[in-house]
Amino acid sequence: MAYFRSHVLVSVDPVCVEKGAYKLIDALQDELVKQGLVDEVQVLETSRIGDPETEGIDLMVYPEAVHYTNLTLDDVPYLVEEHFLKGRVAERYIRESEAFTDEELSAPQSKEVRIVLKNIGEIDPLNIEEYIARDGYMALGRVLTEMSPEDTIQEVLKSGLRGRGGAGFPTGLKWRFIRNADGDEKYMICNADEGDPGAFANRRVLEGDPHSVIEGMIIAAYAAGSNKGYIYCRAEYPIAVRTMKTAIEQARNFGLLGDDILGSGFSFELEVRMGAGAFVCGEETALMASIEGKRGEPRPRPPFPAQKGLWEEPSNINNVETYANVPQIILNGADWFADLGYKKSTGTKTFSMAGDVINTGLIEVPFGITLREIIFDVGGGIKEDKKFKAVQTGGPMGGCLPEAFLDLPMDYEALAEAGSILGSGGLVVMDEDTCMVDIARFFMEFTQDESCGKCTPCRVGTRRILEILTGICEGKGKPEDIDTLRNLCDQINENSLCGLGKGAPNPVKSTLEHFLDEYEAHIYEKRCPAKVCKSLIRFEIIDGLCTGCTLCARNCPVDAITGERRQTHVIDPDICIKCGICEQICPYDAIEIK
Amino acid sequence: MSIEVKEGRDIRKVVRDLVREYGEEKAELIPILHEVNREMGYISDEAIVELSELMNIPSSHIYSVATFYRMLSTEPHGRHVIQFCESAPCHVAGGRQVWQKLQNELGLKKGETSDDDKWTLLTTSCLGLCGVGPVMVIDNDIYGNVTPDQVPGILANYE
Repeated sequence: MAYFRSHVLVSVDPVCVEKGAYKLIDALQDELVKQGLVDEVQVLETSRIGDPETEGIDLMVYPEAVHYTNLTLDDVPYLVEEHFLKGRVAERYIRESEAFTDEELSAPQSKEVRIVLKNIGEIDPLNIEEYIARDGYMALGRVLTEMSPEDTIQEVLKSGLRGRGGAGFPTGLKWRFIRNADGDEKYMICNADEGDPGAFANRRVLEGDPHSVIEGMIIAAYAAGSNKGYIYCRAEYPIAVRTMKTAIEQARNFGLLGDDILGSGFSFELEVRMGAGAFVCGEETALMASIEGKRGEPRPRPPFPAQKGLWEEPSNINNVETYANVPQIILNGADWFADLGYKKSTGTKTFSMAGDVINTGLIEVPFGITLREIIFDVGGGIKEDKKFKAVQTGGPMGGCLPEAFLDLPMDYEALAEAGSILGSGGLVVMDEDTCMVDIARFFMEFTQDESCGKCTPCRVGTRRILEILTGICEGKGKPEDIDTLRNLCDQINENSLCGLGKGAPNPVKSTLEHFLDEYEAHIYEKRCPAKVCKSLIRFEIIDGLCTGCTLCARNCPVDAITGERRQTHVIDPDICIKCGICEQICPYDAIEIK
Repeated sequence: MSIEVKEGRDIRKVVRDLVREYGEEKAELIPILHEVNREMGYISDEAIVELSELMNIPSSHIYSVATFYRMLSTEPHGRHVIQFCESAPCHVAGGRQVWQKLQNELGLKKGETSDDDKWTLLTTSCLGLCGVGPVMVIDNDIYGNVTPDQVPGILANYE
């Protein structure tokens, strides 16, 4: 068999053929013959590369993965000479870098192991054939032809896969409950209501690799004995919804969904249901209520969804990421997955980094990596060289962890012990200029707003906490507030109906524990150490530094600054709204926040 | 939310067509409400009454559902709807200053519509675009990495 050192892939879609793609291929072949390279370089046809708007043809050269654009017949001799004889990239034909940079997902950093994020950015999510080309649906094939439902459950149990939505329940076990439950119709539900501010891993998977989720769901359905599934996707992700719907249709056209999948006798129908803007619908019972056309209010458990879920039938709910792991577990084996990770947390987890860190975006790492490694190695450290102050893990129900916890290995148990949660994998990094009381208030504002209102501890409790925190930030804090807050936190945590209520106090609790000094400064000294809380700060222009350039006065939205040209300017504290624009704009750093 | 209001639509016909397309089951209520919101800009009392009759669901239930979900509105909006992400990651990445600037430029507070019906200023929950925060959506256009001085220029794009 001939061994070629280089492959040239020429685009031969109809548009390119029209432009003369085949003539180009012939010209390339002729030139290769002329240069004596025809046994070393192979020319192949491929589907469209590049922009159909250009006049010339595009081609790719492997293994270097160089993309040459807009080529005509006249370019061939030079191209062949430069690239294949001299071994140099022919710069003049390189596609101009309007190269698309993915701000959310860069190339894998060291320490990353990409399972769930493997295909994102590498395949066209709207083309099922590209997923299949990367071993897509092979796992399903194996499951349906070689494994029984119980075998499948066993394999997933062995892998140690735990719910990636945050609760960490063993996935195989959940499926077994469904299998053993009584019901006329069993439902598989995918929780794609990724509402945690700061988390967008699910979104990328749904948009970039929808079939991994579909395949995972079909396998799960087979194991659990279900024939109908729903993907509940939040309405704030319209692209994900569209992509998923297209993917489902393509899967159906390929006989991978619907009746008698791959001739196995197993049938499974899948449908997308959209949310409508309610964070609480990420909670499983609220989610099911929403699918049923009701207000997204949770209900008490038991009965658990596995016994009585959607329309009172046994229902399995798993997160997007949980399902997305399944095909590769089947393909590579449970042991492969179990070997990754740390203690009882096997496999990998995606983390979304947001906030004051240099590399915001997604990563996927095996459990056991430390917070320090994530934030400083992979994340590149804090922006503008500021000091790290705290990181909030797991979404708005997570705790804020200070520097002392940076060497914590990330896994379900360690984070819970530290007073936080793994949750969705969201990480909000905060620098020294963050006021922790303001942050606690901020998260409570969110949770309070999203509280469904059904149970009193959450509905009223979060409001009370918010009132107190707002008061503290406005300089009206009282000494007894701290105990009241602690009391409220415990009450809400112990008595709320669902996870939202139970977790809502965590930011407050953790900041009270680790940043008590900031609360005390606000309450006793009416001072905000981080200089954030508007009622407790004053913007002042420093006499010695101000040059009277008038830049601040011109940009002040409320005209609070007065001064003659070349004279020191003055901010009127009664008019000033403390927006911070003047301080940011001043070229002489002459404005101080006191 | 995406809003593509068609002028001069008869709300009752809109609703009837939707129920015919989606079906009468209660589970279709939210998808239908989404469409009503999209085509009419909001869900009016008339729409609720019509839906109630066609789907055999009490108006009170439909109203309770329509008011529960943030992306469904029972109030009309301005010609252009600005949704600014108020969640922590955007807030921490400079969102606070952008929000201040927006309010100042428009002279509106959260939830308000301008007197000339041009703008409605809303906050939205996290859109999952935290990697490019602060994030702002105007109608169907998404703006990322927004800074305060970009605000006037962005607003000027809209009639």
